[in-house]
Amino acid sequence: MSLRSPLSRVLGLGSAKAGTEHWWAQRVSAVALLLLGIWFVIALTQLSPGSYDEVIRFIAAPVNAVLLILLAATLAYHSYLGVQVVIEDYLHTHGVKVLALMLSRFIHVLVAVASIYAILRIGITAGIAA
Amino acid sequence: MALSILHRATGLANAVGLLVFAVWLTQAASGPEAYGCLVQMLGSVPGLLILGGFSFSFFYHLCNGVRHLVWDSGRGFEKHQANASAWVAIVVAVLLTAVFWGVVL
Repeated sequence: MSLRSPLSRVLGLGSAKAGTEHWWAQRVSAVALLLLGIWFVIALTQLSPGSYDEVIRFIAAPVNAVLLILLAATLAYHSYLGVQVVIEDYLHTHGVKVLALMLSRFIHVLVAVASIYAILRIGITAGIAA
Repeated sequence: MALSILHRATGLANAVGLLVFAVWLTQAASGPEAYGCLVQMLGSVPGLLILGGFSFSFFYHLCNGVRHLVWDSGRGFEKHQANASAWVAIVVAVLLTAVFWGVVL
């Protein structure tokens, strides 16, 4: 006879109270990054990254801008999930752990917002100039 | 195997590489002068070495990530399979890094 309540079994959240959500989010973002990453690497090889004009033209093209925004957001999300696990595994002092998790979240959100703003700014500026 | 911790190490390295990606975009959005500064820094020998390291880290994490996704499907857990796929991941990562830089430079 199991001592688990029927509610606990139905929810399936386990001792962490988070279920498989974190694990699954990491996999879904990994598959998305596999596709976006391959696109980005191929795009980089067809570009002279040292040339300002070429890079601006690349980022400003609508399809590229949309894919870059998705890439930046998914990279930041996947990176946050991964760094979170590393912090939880290696930092055992409660206060330090909570601070590190908070700092990691702030930095990842900052990186995502800065990247997306930069892409939008380049795209919209080029659209007005055209 | 040693490759397991390498997945975590390259993941952390990629988190730092993500900062370079964000700086690349923000410098491009800041205009030709700001972008020129960045190109000069990253185009130097130490800059290129760092970028080379980030690119290998990215490709390794990508290849080994596919390994993890296969494991998640319940396949590839036999010892000889896991050893073989480890070699595939590392060789493909090295090849991708070499081909990438061969095309870019």
